[in-house]
Amino acid sequence: MKNAFGEPQSLLLVGGASEIAMATAMRLVRRRVRRVILAGRPSPARDAAAARLAEAGASVETADFDAFRVEEHAKVIGDVFADGDVDVALVACGLQGDAELDPLKAADVAMVNYVGAMTAAIVCADAMRRQTHGALVVFSSVSAGRPSPSDFLYASAKSGLDAFARGLTEALRGSGVHVMVVRPGFVRSRMTRGVTPPAIATSPETVAGAILDGLRAKSEVVWVPGILGQLTRLPGSIVRRITG
Amino acid sequence: MANKTILTGWGRTSPSAAELLRPGAEAELTPLVLAPGGRGMIARGLGRSYGDPAQNAGGLVLDMTGLAAIGPVRDGYVTVEAGVSLHRLMRELVPEGWFPPVTPATRQVTVGGAVAADIHGRNHHADGSFGSHVTALDLLGADGVTRTLTPDDPDFWATVGGMGLTGVITKATIRLTPIETSRMIVNTWKCADLESVMTRLTQADLAHRYTAAWVDCLSRQGRGVVEGADHARQGAARSFRARGFEASPGFLPVGLLNRHTMGLVNRGLYATTKRESTQVRPLASFFHPLDRVGHWNRLYGPRGLVQYQFVVPLGAEQTLMKIVERIRRSHAASFQTVLKRFGPGSGGWLSFPTPGWSLALDFPTTTKGLAWLLDRLDELVAEAGGRVYLAKDSRLRPELLPVMYPGLAAFRERRRQLDPRLVFQSDLARRLSL
Repeated sequence: MKNAFGEPQSLLLVGGASEIAMATAMRLVRRRVRRVILAGRPSPARDAAAARLAEAGASVETADFDAFRVEEHAKVIGDVFADGDVDVALVACGLQGDAELDPLKAADVAMVNYVGAMTAAIVCADAMRRQTHGALVVFSSVSAGRPSPSDFLYASAKSGLDAFARGLTEALRGSGVHVMVVRPGFVRSRMTRGVTPPAIATSPETVAGAILDGLRAKSEVVWVPGILGQLTRLPGSIVRRITG
Repeated sequence: MANKTILTGWGRTSPSAAELLRPGAEAELTPLVLAPGGRGMIARGLGRSYGDPAQNAGGLVLDMTGLAAIGPVRDGYVTVEAGVSLHRLMRELVPEGWFPPVTPATRQVTVGGAVAADIHGRNHHADGSFGSHVTALDLLGADGVTRTLTPDDPDFWATVGGMGLTGVITKATIRLTPIETSRMIVNTWKCADLESVMTRLTQADLAHRYTAAWVDCLSRQGRGVVEGADHARQGAARSFRARGFEASPGFLPVGLLNRHTMGLVNRGLYATTKRESTQVRPLASFFHPLDRVGHWNRLYGPRGLVQYQFVVPLGAEQTLMKIVERIRRSHAASFQTVLKRFGPGSGGWLSFPTPGWSLALDFPTTTKGLAWLLDRLDELVAEAGGRVYLAKDSRLRPELLPVMYPGLAAFRERRRQLDPRLVFQSDLARRLSL
């Protein structure tokens, strides 16, 4: 349950521990979050993330979640909610992919970024509707609205997820559940190391800060940095040049 | 689930949605308990707890005010249903010469709530908390069976102060206080600093049944006014009349309660108080300052208020003074700051009062840095062996609860034995993992 200051106490990270998800989790743990559930594939990265969060003072649980195995999502995530209310869930399943037009690789990108993320979000949304509270944070991307030759497979999947999340926002209005779509621009992280950042780039810490602000303000769409929201009116070719 | 109602505590923070039912008879409760739904249920009285103990997000909340029968008084004892308010009890019983054994600063609480929070009043140093005056109570358990518990039964003490989580309290037998008149003889002393407030309060406890002090947390010295009172024995006839505005005026601008306005009000209150005086006052005027303006909580605006009440043991005076100083320095303005010395505790496992100094404060939720400040105060309180009051809490860090309440482990264990399916659930229980 959130406290009188609106601070969440439990957090579910779906899709493992990306830098953005971890930066957000660490900030929330430094506030009031005490129970963290890492739902992702068993891996040294998941263990390391669990250790870091535990060191920060959280009681950490793990759940074996695989974005590809959609038939398991209801059970895996359902069990997490059965053990106690979840105040915030971050759905951050992500697979960058590349520009290669390989149908199977493209299917993987769509499965992780769109299908798996969507089914996980549906299970979370349903559980939160029953508990009549909670915030569901869905990671989209600025590229969802601006596909480029280098990332349009990823962008197309994020575009589907983005549309789903905005629809879910409407569907859950009045239920007590807060759905928030996060659209970061280019994020300087391990994943983008070696890539020359565009004029407007951001960092995992900045995205995490924006997510916390959005949770507090109950925002429905969060652009990071915020200026990106203003750029949508410009022609795509110009925006591409600034945001990468 | 249909027809969800948004509920909050008196502080109006952390709203949550639940199905609200108002049973008219005890028999209606059993089927509800036996088919609780996935999110359980909790009993609610008049919603005067400041935080979230009478809320149950996504579940069922039982409005108990429909169970409000008052039995006859026999040898100073009365058996009442849980939804009876202290207000009604006073209206009916004061003319007959009886007074509730304990009353908080508002009459608008139910007997069920009074037991569940094991409430205290200005006579705590002399008479203890509400639970100490209950000789029997009926508890509807998770198994659908109603048991009559007496103080000999450990479950009685799990229930007194148990925040409604051991079952639904349906009836209680209470020992009443005999009174000869409905007037109070009230002595007032003005004290220039916190130390003299504490000294005067200690002296007043020896001489008077009802004592408390108002402290001006915004003043540099922590000045205040101490009151010591007793029931008047002769003179006026017994009658109970309570005057007050029905509701706080709606036109007051949000943010009217701030450090500057409160500083002015405090200065005015202090300046107009005589150095020492004795007055005869009606019961309600002495006991229930909070009932003078109905819905006064709305004065704090849509974000509401956060109440903070703690007790630190006798001997931890330095901690108390440190806390008052810290609040003053933080510029957080508490409108109603009440200092009280507690006597021995009742024995309730999660009961709040323990021997020591209790300070109650209320802050607008929007006060800058308040969340951080209260976290630091919690640490000082826990370090001194003190605790905060669950009926007022809305923001404690869960990990401090077992430090503050040594009875918590036993309570958790017993709750899970009595109620393995966790039929009785509240937002408070979820927030603090009770």
